[in-house]
Amino acid sequence: MCSYIVEKARVSGSAKGPSGWMRIDTANVYFDHPYYAPLDHALGIDFVCEADGARERVAVELSAASARELVTKIMVALASGEAAHRAA
Amino acid sequence: MSYASVAAETIGFRGHNGDQGEAYYARPTGAGKYPGVIVIHHLPGWDEWIVEVVRKFAHHGYAAISPHLYFRDGPGSPDDIGARVRAAGGVADDQVVGDVKGAMAFLRAQSNSSGKVGLIGFCSGGRHAYLCACRIPETDAVVDCWGGNVIVDDKSQLNAKRPIAPIDLTEQLRCPLLGLFGNDDENPNADQVNRTEATLKRLGKNYEFHRYDGAGHAFFNTMRVAYRPEQAADGWKKVFAFYRKHLAA
Repeated sequence: MCSYIVEKARVSGSAKGPSGWMRIDTANVYFDHPYYAPLDHALGIDFVCEADGARERVAVELSAASARELVTKIMVALASGEAAHRAA
Repeated sequence: MSYASVAAETIGFRGHNGDQGEAYYARPTGAGKYPGVIVIHHLPGWDEWIVEVVRKFAHHGYAAISPHLYFRDGPGSPDDIGARVRAAGGVADDQVVGDVKGAMAFLRAQSNSSGKVGLIGFCSGGRHAYLCACRIPETDAVVDCWGGNVIVDDKSQLNAKRPIAPIDLTEQLRCPLLGLFGNDDENPNADQVNRTEATLKRLGKNYEFHRYDGAGHAFFNTMRVAYRPEQAADGWKKVFAFYRKHLAA
């Protein structure tokens, strides 16, 4: 598709890349041709720290089905984990 | 015609606003004058496949160059630089036109230049090729390989970097145009390809379009699952026949 459409999620946390751990403040999310994955289209996520200039990134390219599976599992993990912590 | 020897290397060139950038340049080493081809890379960036395409043109007797349209966002690997550019909303059309003009000036300044220069672009580079051919009257021939967003149906996609849909510049096109498209592509889809052709026809432009069944976007790209060997082989024949006709001295 070759679009420039990017969804920017403001996130707070850290990611581990080629030079070790770094703080991140943004996830750039897009659905387009991947660079590496053997897929026609892929859901790409680039975790970066814009406050530090976004010179490094931690990147993933996922099939559409696996991206949806990830979304579901993130919500499940958050729900079960938060419930467990509340019960503790 | 093919040549037994080519030379290929990364070189410096002056792009938009005189900015010093890098480009991949390959040419036959035999004595003689050669037409030039500017290879405009796709949105993911100045990657391995694009430089392979540059060498392919050199093998077929062209002095070919691919300017790294994202050089201002380096250093770094092409994929990381491409990610930065994507996150920033892409490159501005004016900047791309300036960089392609710079690459054209580089080719014509070489002692091996026949003076003729064609453009070819893939995916977003196909759009850039169409745009540049309309805006650079010194272009001798242009090949648009499945350029998306030549027609912009959703006007909200126009912005400061890409203020005008290339289709609206078609009146300015002075050189012959070859368009190659996969019928399963979503951008451009078959309807958009038909409307682009209708515009070229209405304005009396010199063009030829070829549409391929069983192919979608990027069907030349040997490094993607979209690669379709049979359609790509035929498409390359069309490209070289077109350049033989229009870039001959």
